[in-house]
Amino acid sequence: MNVNRRGFLALAGPGLFVFFGVERTSAYQQEPNRLPTRQNGPTDFNAYLHIGADGTVSCFAGKVELGQGCGTVLAQILAEELDVAYGSVNVVLSDTNRCPYDMGTFGSMNVPVLGPAMRAAGAEARAVLLQMAAEQLGAPLDRLQVKNGKVTDPAGAKSVTYSQLVGDKRIERHLGNVPPKPVKSYAVVGHPAVRKDALEKVTGKALYAGDFQVPGVMHARLLRPPAYGAKLKSVDSSAAEKFGALVVKEGDMVAVLHQRPDLADRALGMVKAEFDPPPPSVDDKSIFDHLLKTAPRPQAAGRPAGDVAEGEKLASTIVETTYINSYVAHAPMETHSATAVIENGSATVWASTQAPFMLKPQVAQAIGLPQEKVLIIAPYVGGGFGGKTAGPQAVAAARLAKITGKHVQVVWSREDEFFFDTFRPAAVFKIRAGLDSAGKIVFWDGSVVGAGDREARPFYDIPHQRTTSAGGWQGGNPPGMNPFEVGAWRAPSANTNTFARESHMDMLALKAGIDPLEFRLNHLTDARMKRVLETVAKQFGWKAGKAPSGRGMGVACGLYSNAYSATMAEVAVNKSTGHVQVKRVVSALDVGLTVNPDGMRQQMEGCITMGMGSALTEEVRFKDGAILDHNFDSYTIPRFSWLPRIETILIDNPDTPAVGGGEPPIITIGPVLANAIYDAAGVRMLQLPMTPQRILDALKKG
Amino acid sequence: MEITISFTLNGKPASVKVDEERMLLWVLRSDLGLTGTKFGCGEALCGACTVIVNKQAVRSCVTPVKDVAGKQVMTIEGLGENGLHAIQQAFLKHHAFQCGYCTPGMILSAYALLLQTPKPTEEQIIRHMDDNLCRCGAHVRILEAIHEAAGAAKGGV
Repeated sequence: MNVNRRGFLALAGPGLFVFFGVERTSAYQQEPNRLPTRQNGPTDFNAYLHIGADGTVSCFAGKVELGQGCGTVLAQILAEELDVAYGSVNVVLSDTNRCPYDMGTFGSMNVPVLGPAMRAAGAEARAVLLQMAAEQLGAPLDRLQVKNGKVTDPAGAKSVTYSQLVGDKRIERHLGNVPPKPVKSYAVVGHPAVRKDALEKVTGKALYAGDFQVPGVMHARLLRPPAYGAKLKSVDSSAAEKFGALVVKEGDMVAVLHQRPDLADRALGMVKAEFDPPPPSVDDKSIFDHLLKTAPRPQAAGRPAGDVAEGEKLASTIVETTYINSYVAHAPMETHSATAVIENGSATVWASTQAPFMLKPQVAQAIGLPQEKVLIIAPYVGGGFGGKTAGPQAVAAARLAKITGKHVQVVWSREDEFFFDTFRPAAVFKIRAGLDSAGKIVFWDGSVVGAGDREARPFYDIPHQRTTSAGGWQGGNPPGMNPFEVGAWRAPSANTNTFARESHMDMLALKAGIDPLEFRLNHLTDARMKRVLETVAKQFGWKAGKAPSGRGMGVACGLYSNAYSATMAEVAVNKSTGHVQVKRVVSALDVGLTVNPDGMRQQMEGCITMGMGSALTEEVRFKDGAILDHNFDSYTIPRFSWLPRIETILIDNPDTPAVGGGEPPIITIGPVLANAIYDAAGVRMLQLPMTPQRILDALKKG
Repeated sequence: MEITISFTLNGKPASVKVDEERMLLWVLRSDLGLTGTKFGCGEALCGACTVIVNKQAVRSCVTPVKDVAGKQVMTIEGLGENGLHAIQQAFLKHHAFQCGYCTPGMILSAYALLLQTPKPTEEQIIRHMDDNLCRCGAHVRILEAIHEAAGAAKGGV
C-alpha cells in the first residue's frame, strides 16, 4: 500500500521525518515545571500515592524502570514515611495518564529530585491519616502509634487501619509542610529490599515494549540508509508486496509491515532501494582533527581561578598532553521498540523510552491528536544508559498506525540500533599544567572539544586554573561537527573529562616523583573526596611505589552529580598481545544517605563492568557516514570472562541528602585502568578505548 | 513452504503451521505468544533468545523451527511451573539482573549447564555463560546465583 504523500505530510509536523533526521533535543534545555501536572489529576500528595480499601498503597511516579531499581527505592521511601510495610507498596511507573509529570529518567535524579517529593507526600499523608485516626478513636494525636498501616491508641487499646480510615473517600485535608521522619529512625530506608521487579524478571513475565500482544498487530521494519547523508533515489518494493507485506513509502521513509515480525524482516530484504552515497567525509581516525576544526567557540567550563599566565611563571615543570576518546554506543540489550494502538480517536503507545512525558507531545503532533488523547506507557525498559531519551521508534509506530489504520509494532534490528543510536561523542581534551619545585600544581589550563563541560574543571586545589569546553553531547554543535547524532551516555561528558583529568594527575605525580595517591591527597581539601579516596586505599591495600612498578595498580577519583567516587584497580598486561586483564577493582562511593544499599552496590558493579568496555574495547567505527560496526561480533562489550574481583564500598554518610548513584562510579573506570596499565607496562595510553592494538603500538614506540 | 511442525513445548504438545525456514524465536514470540524469549541481536551473538531444546541451550534466533520437530522445547515460561526453580530463586535472591532483558536467556543457559554439569567450577560457569551478554553489568551476581543454585540443587536440576 502506498500512502498518499500529502496525507502523510499533513500528519507529520514541520521539519520532522519518521526515523531520518528526527529531531533530538536535550531534555535539560526544555525542563518544564516537573512536579504534578498531569491532566486533571491531583496536584497534592494524592498525585504520588493512593491507599486502597484493601490496604495496598500505590506509589505513582513518572520515572522509568531501566534496570536501576527506581521503583524499589521510591517504594522504600514511601513505606518509610507512611509507616506501612514495604511489601504493601505497589509501584506504578511511567504512565502518562496515571503518574505525575516527570521530565525523564536520566541525570541520576530519581533519588535527589523525586525522593524528597515522595518523602513529603508520604509524611503529609501520614499526618492526615493520623489526624483522622485521632478523631475516630477519640484519642489525642500524641498518644497514637503507627505500625504497618495500623494506628493504635495504646491507652484506649483501640486501633484503626489506614484502609479503614480511607475507605472509598477522597481525602482533601491538607496540612502543608509536614516534617519528614528523622533519618536516625529509618527502618526501611537504608536497608536492603527485594526489588519490586524481581519476580517478573526471573519468570519471563516482565513485559517490554515489544512484548505487548495486540490482536491484529502489524510488525513494521524500516529501511535504513547505508550511510548518514545518503539520499534515497529509487525503491522497488514489488517483491515485498508480492510476498504479502504492506509497504509504506513516504519521502525518505520506507516501512515494510507484516503480521509476523521475522517475515517483515524477510520482506524488507526484498526491497530494492538505491541510494545516492554522501560525499566522502570523516572516519574514526580523522575525526579528532575534524572536531578541532569544526568546534564552536569555547565557553568557560566552571569557575576559573587566579591567573594562568601568572601561575605558569611559578612552574618549574610543565606537562602538556592531549587525550582523545572515540564514539561509544549505548548498545542496550533491548533494541528500541514500540507498540502503537490508535482507537476511537485516542492513541496508546508502549515504548522503550527514558522520557515518556517528552515523547507524548511528539507523538501527538506526529499523528495530529491533542495531547490529552495520547497515552504513553514505558513498561520495563531493557537498558537505556541515555540512549533511549528520544523515542523515534515510538513516533514511527504511531505514524504507521495512523497511516495504515492498523496496530503497529516497531522493533529496531541490532543493525538499526548501531546506526540510529545517539552515540557518546568523540572528544579531544588538551591539558597543560605545571608543578612548582615542591611538587604542587600551580596552574592548569584545560580545553575540551566535543564532550561537554560536566566535570571538565578539576576539583583539585589549583591556584591558577581555567578550563574551556566547546560543543558536546547536549547539542549546540555546528552542523557536520559530528557525522551523526550524539547524545547522553551514562554520566555524559564526565567519562571523557575524568579520563583526561585523572590521567594527567598521574603524569604530574610521576613528574613530581610523588606517589599518585599522596599527590591527589596533597591537592584535596574537600573532606568528602578525601574520605572516599582514603577509604578505597585502605581496603585496596595501596602501597606507594614508583610507576611503572610492574604491579599494575592504578587510582582515580571522580565527582558527578554531587556523588563522590574513588576507585583503585589492578591489571595485568600481556605485552605480546596487548590484552589487558583487569584483576581487581575496589570502588568507594559517597552519595550521602543511601536509600537502598544493595541497589547501590548493583549500580556500582554495573558501572565497573560496563566501564571496562568503553575503556578497553568499545568504539564505533565509521567512514563517510556509514557505521562499520553492526552487531556484537565487532562491537565488543564486557562479558563474564572479563570480570575482575569487584569490591564496593558505600560511605556511611546518612545526614547528607541522598543523590543518585547510577552514573557516578563509571567515570573513574577509564582513568583507573589507564593509570594501572601505565604502572603495569610503562605505556601511557592517551586514547580510549585502550585496545590491544593501541597498547601494542604504544609498547613498540616505547 | 508452509508445513505443520509438532513438538513438545513446556511439557505440552504444540503444533504450528508455518513457513519452515522461520526461526524458532519468532514462532515462539509471535505465533505462540511466549514473549519471555527475547530478541537481542538476531545472529546468535548475545544469548537473549536462549531456549532449551532436548536439554541443550540453543539460540532460538538462528534455529529454524523445522529443526525442533518432535523435540522437547522449554522456554522461561516452562521453567518452575510449580513455583520458582532453584536457579530462579537464586537469581531473585542475589538480584542477579538489572533491566532483566537478558535474564531469561541467562537463566536457561545456566539451566543447561547444570543439567550437564551439576557442580560446575567457576571456570566452567564462566566458559559456559561467556556468550550470554548483559549490558547492565549484573555479571558478578549472575555467577553468585549460579553457584548457589548448583549448591542448592539436589540430584541435578
